[in-house]
Amino acid sequence: MTVQELPGSAAAAYRPTPPPAWQPRTDPAPLLPDAEPYRVLGTEAAASADPELLLRLYAELVRGRRYNAQATALTKQGRLAVYPSSTGQEACEVGAALALEDRDWLFPSYRDTLAAVARGLDPVQALTLLRGDWHTGYDPHVHRVAPLCTPLATQLPHAVGLAHAARLKGDDVVALAMIGDGGTSEGDFHEALNFAAVWNAPVVFLVQNNGFAISVPLAKQTAAPSLAHKAVGYGMPGRLVDGNDAVAVHEVLGEAVARARRGGGPTLIEAVTYRMDAHTNADDATRYRADSEVETWRAHDPIQLLERELTDRGLLDDEGRQAAAQAAETMAANLRERMNADPVLDPMDLFAHVYGRQTAQLREQAALLRAELDAEEEAR
Amino acid sequence: MTTAAVKPATMAQALQRAMRDAMAEDPTVHVMGEDVGTLGGVFRVTDGLAKEFGEDRCTDTPLAEAGILGTAVGMAMYGLRPVVEMQFDAFAYPAFEQLISHVARMRNRTRGGMAMPITVRVPYGGGIGGVEHHSDSSEAYYMATPGLHVVTPATVEDAYGLLRASIASDDPVVFLEPKRLYWSKAKWSPDAPAAVEPIGRAVVRRSGRSATLLTYGPSVPVCMEAAQAAEAEGWDLEVVDLRSLVPFDDETVCASVRRTGRAVVVHESTGFGGPGGEIAARVTERCFHHLEAPVLRVAGFDIPYPPPMLERHHLPGVDRVLDAVARLQWEAAS
Repeated sequence: MTVQELPGSAAAAYRPTPPPAWQPRTDPAPLLPDAEPYRVLGTEAAASADPELLLRLYAELVRGRRYNAQATALTKQGRLAVYPSSTGQEACEVGAALALEDRDWLFPSYRDTLAAVARGLDPVQALTLLRGDWHTGYDPHVHRVAPLCTPLATQLPHAVGLAHAARLKGDDVVALAMIGDGGTSEGDFHEALNFAAVWNAPVVFLVQNNGFAISVPLAKQTAAPSLAHKAVGYGMPGRLVDGNDAVAVHEVLGEAVARARRGGGPTLIEAVTYRMDAHTNADDATRYRADSEVETWRAHDPIQLLERELTDRGLLDDEGRQAAAQAAETMAANLRERMNADPVLDPMDLFAHVYGRQTAQLREQAALLRAELDAEEEAR
Repeated sequence: MTTAAVKPATMAQALQRAMRDAMAEDPTVHVMGEDVGTLGGVFRVTDGLAKEFGEDRCTDTPLAEAGILGTAVGMAMYGLRPVVEMQFDAFAYPAFEQLISHVARMRNRTRGGMAMPITVRVPYGGGIGGVEHHSDSSEAYYMATPGLHVVTPATVEDAYGLLRASIASDDPVVFLEPKRLYWSKAKWSPDAPAAVEPIGRAVVRRSGRSATLLTYGPSVPVCMEAAQAAEAEGWDLEVVDLRSLVPFDDETVCASVRRTGRAVVVHESTGFGGPGGEIAARVTERCFHHLEAPVLRVAGFDIPYPPPMLERHHLPGVDRVLDAVARLQWEAAS
């Protein structure tokens, strides 16, 4: 039946009314990031920063840089299969990790060994994955550090789920998920942020925008005004922070963690920083970026920025500098020594943890390997 | 036992009851997925759970399978026991990375430090007149991933028992629900459910002496019917319902094949690279000297799942099973 054929009475009875009034579900204005990354060092706000915190951050930054250098050296000696360095990004790693309480959880990516170590993880255990003797060298429950995650952004939904579960249990636990700029293009980034916002989960997402995903610059990764702006689409606040300013990172992270803890929901933080080293020891950064660009960032070095502030305020002298350097050197020497010892591996472990309840199939295969090992032993 | 206790129940009802009982017994069991709450699932398998246990225990999630399974991983890390529903077989594919890179590997990655007691329920298989993406048999993908258990019931009773066992398992289980059997009925008492066996055991559904049909899930009723029809041809067929593809019950399967000397594997999944190849190889490796004929496979064709008006030509039916049985070199047996 066409409209023309409708009985006149029915057409006359139809009274159009406007649809229910539309309004945005959340006011987007307060969610928007500031126009510029938040800074403390070099601004008036620095004067009120807690001296104890500044010194703690400084010691950790110096230690972190030394750790990166030592780990990179270990790759050259064949002691590590690969190392993705976070040199230049130490303020993000340390500032974020120190914003967490003991009971909170960290969900690091493969570049976030420093954050894990800053949370108390054994520096050697943190490198197990990269040494290649096992995929994770530590029990995640001990320091509440999830395994260093290799597939990009896939650990973000884990952080959301854990935070959600903690809230359901009534625990005031916050999860911090760390990711790089390239990872924000992954579908799991989107799904994790969406779930977090819908569930109002106590989780904080920290994106270290270090300029590159291996060789691909941010401009080829996104057309968003900033990565922090992506938050608005999910209904959570986005924050921009200078990722080389450890005090600013610590403060912004601390606020987001506190907000999550009191039931205020998730936050997306973009820390603007720069990856001073190549992607890993196996990468050649000269193929895709100019030295002049690297030099520009060298003049905005996270350690120097903090050192300048500490020196200006009379909180750090040569003696203090040397003490921090010496502590870092001791850590590096210890790391070197322990990493130079060959790990003791039991090939039978290959079958030990695939299932909680071993299958007959794997028992058969374990017996096969056992026989091979015994034959090797006998031949020796 | 009262008369009321053995009135017919459907497989969907048995599955619902399994989740309900698990949730009542264990407060860490959480059901989550698309439409599982208010609606009770598109197949009504989670009917009433949100009402009884609240939306925090039976949660309507955003429509994002990787997000559903990825958040379930985090929940399991914090001590919960998630039961995840993927709405349809082919809609589970976005969750593949979480399943393969994390759910299956987390225990191994952490040397047993982090178990993943997650049950992933996936309605699978065809025969319901579904349009594209609603009828896949995706079990081979899951079987090829170490760290997962892969389980599928064929009866109302097993639907309850196997789902209870899967939820109780500290290892992750891909629980494949044959959707065309959702409304199959059996006399089954929800008040006196069968003992929950550990997963990994096949069962002989029908004893026979001539040949063994090795099958699972939606093809079990097909094989039972074929065995019935085969009597007229003088074949006394044994039907083994595998129930669990991982772990695989070599013991029950090989005991049967050694008795009968002949075997046909029957499943809906495509034949090339499908479960039947693995099963036939295992049987041949273990029972070679007992075999009177090569192990044959009756499987779906190696084509994308057909449109509903053509699916009957694709699905292994009674005739195709009997044709395979006829090819088991009987002439040599005289």
